[in-house]
Amino acid sequence: MKHTISVLVENKFGVLARVAGLFSARGYNIASLAVSETLDPSISYMTIVVDAKDEKILEQIKKQLNKLIDVISVTDFTKKEHVERELVLLKVECLSKDKPRLEKVLDKYVGKIIRCKDETAIIEAVGEQAQIKQLLEELAKFSIKELIRTGKIAISQ
Amino acid sequence: MNGAQILIESLKREGVEVLFGYPGGQVLQIFDKLYDSSLKLILVRHEQAAAHAADGYSRATGKVGVCLATSGPGATNLVTGIATAYMDSIPMVAITGQVKSFLIGNDAFQEADVTGITRPITKHNFLVKDARDLARIVREAFYIASSGRPGPVLIDIPSDVQVQETDFIWPETADIRSYKPTLFGHPGQIKKAIKMIAKSKKPVIYAGGGVIISNASVELREFAARIKAPVTMTLMGLGSFPMNDPMSLGMLGMHGTAYANHAIMSADLIIAVGARFDDRVTGKLDAFAPSAKIIHIDIDPSSISKNVKVDIPIVGDVKNVLGQLLEEIKKPGDTADWLETVKALKKKHPLKYDGKEKISPQYIIQAISEITNSQAIITTEVGQNQMWAAQWYNHIHPRSFITSGGLGTMGYGFPAAMGVKMAFPEKTVFDIAGDGSIQMNIQELATCVCNKINVKVAILNNGYLGMVRQWQELFYKRRYSHTCIYGPDFVKVAEAYGGVGIRVTKKEEVRPAIEKAIATDNVVFIDFQVEPEENVFPMVPAGEAIDKMIGGLA
Repeated sequence: MKHTISVLVENKFGVLARVAGLFSARGYNIASLAVSETLDPSISYMTIVVDAKDEKILEQIKKQLNKLIDVISVTDFTKKEHVERELVLLKVECLSKDKPRLEKVLDKYVGKIIRCKDETAIIEAVGEQAQIKQLLEELAKFSIKELIRTGKIAISQ
Repeated sequence: MNGAQILIESLKREGVEVLFGYPGGQVLQIFDKLYDSSLKLILVRHEQAAAHAADGYSRATGKVGVCLATSGPGATNLVTGIATAYMDSIPMVAITGQVKSFLIGNDAFQEADVTGITRPITKHNFLVKDARDLARIVREAFYIASSGRPGPVLIDIPSDVQVQETDFIWPETADIRSYKPTLFGHPGQIKKAIKMIAKSKKPVIYAGGGVIISNASVELREFAARIKAPVTMTLMGLGSFPMNDPMSLGMLGMHGTAYANHAIMSADLIIAVGARFDDRVTGKLDAFAPSAKIIHIDIDPSSISKNVKVDIPIVGDVKNVLGQLLEEIKKPGDTADWLETVKALKKKHPLKYDGKEKISPQYIIQAISEITNSQAIITTEVGQNQMWAAQWYNHIHPRSFITSGGLGTMGYGFPAAMGVKMAFPEKTVFDIAGDGSIQMNIQELATCVCNKINVKVAILNNGYLGMVRQWQELFYKRRYSHTCIYGPDFVKVAEAYGGVGIRVTKKEEVRPAIEKAIATDNVVFIDFQVEPEENVFPMVPAGEAIDKMIGGLA
C-alpha cells in the first residue's frame, strides 16, 4: 500500500542522500519524492510516497527517518486530514481538428494546453493522483508522446 | 588559530587524552600541530587498528574514542572499524583528512567520498567546508556520538580547511534542534509495566549492551532482586549482571546456555533491557518466547517492535527507566516457584565440555578467569574463540568483556585490547584469539612493543577457521572448504617484533604459561595448540527455535 509521508529536514548538502540512502539500505521503495525549501530557508520539505507492504514497515520507515540527525520532523498523512496535489506535463499529438475535443477533456480536470506547435500540444494538469489517473486514461486516445510527473506534494490541514 | 589547531584545542576541550591514528598527505597539518600538543597519539600499523583501538578504549571507559587517518585509503581502512562501532552503538569520533575543498569531486590523488562511504555506518558525519564551523562541529560530533543511542561520528576535514586561519570560538553547548533523544520513560508506560510485572509468575530479564552503555548494572541488579527475576544476557550484555550470581542465566541465544534458552521458552514475561532481539538471540522468531508478554526498554525507538511485537515499549535511557521502575515497585515479585524451576534447569543443563587428549580451549578460558580472579579485561576476536570466551570466562564486571557482537569483525580483539590497555594500564588485558583472526591485525605487535602496550594474546590455535569449520562439519558433510588455515610460528612472530612468545602443547603447561604471560612486562603471544576439531556447544542451528539445541552435552 502507498503511504504519503512528509519530512522536514535541515536544508544542507547531503541530507537528500541520507534520506535516500536510508530507503535503499533497507530495501524500501520510494514511489515519488518531491523536495523544496520552506518559508524558513534553513529547512527543506520532502513529500515522500512509499510503498510499504505492512504497517510494521511503515513504522520502521518513520522511526528510521526520525533517527537521522538532520530530520526535524516526520508526518504520516495516512490517517491525517490533508490536501495533496501532483502536477503533470504531457506532450500529446494534437491535430487542429482534435483540439476542441482535447480542451473539453482538459476542462473536466484542472488542465490546460500551455502551447500547441507542430501538431503537438504541451499540457499541464494539477490534481489529486486519482484525478490525474483518470485524466491520463481519457487522454490515452490522443496518443501521449511524453509524460512527466512531479510526484505528489501534500500539506496537512 | 588555523583549522588544525582548532581541531586539537576542541579535542582537548572534549577531554580527549589519547587518540589512535596514522599520518598521511592530507593530515600533515594536524600531525604537525599534534607534535607540539599534549595529546597523545598512538601510531598504529594499519588504520583499521586505529578505529578498533579507539573503539576498545571507548567500550572500556565509556568515553568517546578518537581515531585519525588521512584521506582516501587511510579513511577507507577505517571503515571496518567504524562499522564495528556502529553495530554495537559505541561512541567514537573518526577524523579523516580530505583533499583540498576545491579539488573535491575531481578524482584527486588519495581522494575518496568518505562522507558518502560512511553514511550508512555512522550515526552522523560531517564534511567541514570552513574552519569557522570546525569547533562547533567537533562539539556536535562528540555530543551526537555519546548521547542517545551512541555511535560513531566521522569528521572529514579538507587540508585547506586545516590551514585556514580564524578565531577559536568554543560553543558552550551543543544544541541541535533536530536531535533530542528521549531520556526518560513515559510515566504511563512505566505504570503499565509495573502492573504487568506484578502479574507475572515467570519473568525473565533479558539484558543487552544498552545496560553497559548506560552504566546501569547497579540498577539492573537491584531491579532483578526486587522483582525476583532471573537475568539472561546477550553477548553485548555480558558483565552487566554477575555471571556467578545465582540469578544469572548466563548468555542466551545461538550459543547461549541451554537453561537460559529453556527459561525464555517457558517464561510468561520477558523484560528486554537495552537489547534488540537480534537473530542470533531469538533464533526462529515465531517460536521465540511463545507464552511471554514482552516489555522492551530501549533508547532507540526504531529498535522497538523491529523484530518482535512488543506489548509495552518504554523508550528511554536504560539507567533512568530502571530507576523509574524501581521507584514504582511496591511489592516483591511472587516468583518462588519459577526460581525453583530455573534452578532445576541450571542443574539439569549445565555448560559442559569433554576433556580431550589435546588441550581444550574451554579449559584455557577457565584458567584465565581463575588466575586473573575474573578481574581482567577480556577482548575477543570473532568465531569460536569469542563464543568460548563468552561462555567460560566468569563475567562479573561491566565494560570488561569487549567483543564485536553486531558486525562480528575478525581482527578486532588485538587492536581493541591496545585501546583498553591505554585506558587501564594497570589492568591485565587479554585478547582471546584464534589463529585465523589474529593474523588479520598481527602487525599491531609493533604498536604494542613501541608503546609498551603490554596486552596478552591467548591464541587458541586449532589450525582452522574454527567456527566456519564447525558449520561445515555439522551442515556441510565435513567438507572443509578453505577453513584449514596455515599460520606462521606465532612465537617467532612475537619475538621478531620484540615481544614475547610462549608455546603451549600440553594441558599442564596452560596455567604456568598464563601466569608467566601476566608477569611479563611486554606484549605476549601464547600459542595454545588446542584440540583442532573442538566445537562450540550448545548450538542452535540457524533458523531454529532456541530450545532446539544440538551438541548433546547440554
